[in-house]
Amino acid sequence: MTTAIGAAPPDLGHLREMARRIRVEVIRSVNHARAGHIGGPLSAADILAVLYFHVLRIRPDHPAWPDRDRFILSKGHSSIGLYAAMALRGYFPVEELLTFDAARSRLQGHPDMTRLPGLDMSTGSLGMGISAAMGIALGARLTGRDVRAFVMLGDGECQEGEVWEAAMSAPRYGLDNLIAIVDANRLQQYGWPGDGPDGRIPPQREGELAAKWAAFGWRVLEVDGHDVGELVRILGQAVAGDGRPCVVIAHTVKGKGVSFMEGHYFWHTRAIKPEELSAAMAELGEPPPDVGGPATTEAGR
Amino acid sequence: MTLTTPLPTGRPMREIFGETVAELAAEDPRIYMLDGDVGSSTRADIFEKAHPDRYLQMGIAEQNMLGVAAGMATMGLVPFISTFVSFAVVRPLDQIRVLIAQPRLNVKITPSYAGLFTGQTGMSHIIVDDLAIMRSLPNMVCVAPADHVEARLALRWAAGYDGPCYVRLGRDATAQLFDDDHRFELGRALWIREGRDVTLVSTGAQTTRTVEAAELLAAEGISAGVLHVATVKPLDVEALVAAAERTDHVVTVEEHTILGGLGGAVAEVLSEHRPTRIHRIGLRDVDVESGPNAELLDLYGLSSERVAEQVRALVRA
Repeated sequence: MTTAIGAAPPDLGHLREMARRIRVEVIRSVNHARAGHIGGPLSAADILAVLYFHVLRIRPDHPAWPDRDRFILSKGHSSIGLYAAMALRGYFPVEELLTFDAARSRLQGHPDMTRLPGLDMSTGSLGMGISAAMGIALGARLTGRDVRAFVMLGDGECQEGEVWEAAMSAPRYGLDNLIAIVDANRLQQYGWPGDGPDGRIPPQREGELAAKWAAFGWRVLEVDGHDVGELVRILGQAVAGDGRPCVVIAHTVKGKGVSFMEGHYFWHTRAIKPEELSAAMAELGEPPPDVGGPATTEAGR
Repeated sequence: MTLTTPLPTGRPMREIFGETVAELAAEDPRIYMLDGDVGSSTRADIFEKAHPDRYLQMGIAEQNMLGVAAGMATMGLVPFISTFVSFAVVRPLDQIRVLIAQPRLNVKITPSYAGLFTGQTGMSHIIVDDLAIMRSLPNMVCVAPADHVEARLALRWAAGYDGPCYVRLGRDATAQLFDDDHRFELGRALWIREGRDVTLVSTGAQTTRTVEAAELLAAEGISAGVLHVATVKPLDVEALVAAAERTDHVVTVEEHTILGGLGGAVAEVLSEHRPTRIHRIGLRDVDVESGPNAELLDLYGLSSERVAEQVRALVRA
């Protein structure tokens, strides 16, 4: 675990299993905390698995390694998804996920870089992570470091003006070591009323995001955000820079992996009932939960 | 220290900003200038001329600029911010709060055009609550130098400090208070003159006018001490308590709203450590307007004469 694994050939089965484990830990932790977000972490789980177990050049036992790739979760409300990926990757014990959202926990409701080693930026107010990632990509260039800055945004988050300030600015500096990934799960917390699912419509029109990023001078790639093989392939293209920053629009389903949570805005954040917990764990291939009990460990997998 | 008033005219702090950060950058390769498209006003252009490859135009997009600065700081660089106080403090306030202050990142927020002297621009560009806002942020050090000599020292101090700081600089030449042998020490207030009847506590360029007000009062037989608080956060509690013990009257004087700035800070400290009746001179709860500098000082009661007038009324009441 001490060397970057970006160059290793991907074991897609392992990546899928890590994505499944992220989802399980998200459900378990949010249920235990009786707080936190669900839909967003579930839509991001496959992307996080591919990043943390294939793409990112990181050293979990040396989180401050200066030449590591950086990852910023600009959609900070999906923190539990990131924490689950980090725990499974070895940054801290998986059992610690049950401290999520508790007072004095390193696993704050939104990522706090002052508390948890391995977090490359504090986030939570939407729209900011991409500016910080741009600063990291620029800083890497200015200091001659081969560091790549990855940032994950939500599609709802792309309504923030700051996202487009950064989108306008980054191409001027030719930052092709800046890779933005939009977790385009087609739902935001509540959304505009309309004739979509549950009477709400998606954050953008079909094709709108790709057209906007392209118009701002970014290289635009699109991918099925739940197909780990495709994520490996497309993120591989994303890091092969052509002088422009790159955005990967990952088409996802909010609540992915638990049928009754998929595609419903109200699972953005919501308390899980005991029967829902059992059903969710069953769908994710986990044994019936001992509610509030200890998490399974990486070693016990 | 001995002073002759009226004080001689000094140099604009904004020129000192461009020059000093350029000097600092020659000594420290980590230093960069991030400009929100006002470099020809803030005199970041002086820096640009000296270090063209370390001047980064961020365009008219302050929220992104502060976020980029935070990211650069995590890469071990030291970004200085060039914009106006009005656009450095409130527009990107959330970015400063979440990305810089709370995580204690090493970003130097060093805008000019503080207070009333903004080149007759009016209410959008005159911000008089910046100290109140910035000092309420966790981990944020707030410095308001009195003149160009102290501005240079404060900027040099900021470059050597590892953490977020706010250095409030002025646009126009104001009086020169300090000689070249002046020393700046963070968190230390400085007695400019002693007084028996009243202590005037002042900050920023206003201190120069407060000193002149004290001289006017002296001519009338009122002995006014002046305590210059260049560091609004962290405050020099000891000096403030000493001021409250020395004279019956404590008066704060600031080119800023009386709500939450120096006056608010002094009131907080003295109410805890030595309850004292405090009078605050500054902008009341008013909406500001554009005008020539001298007219604005008169309008808001911050000229030497108007400060003296208010203090005289208080002491003789």
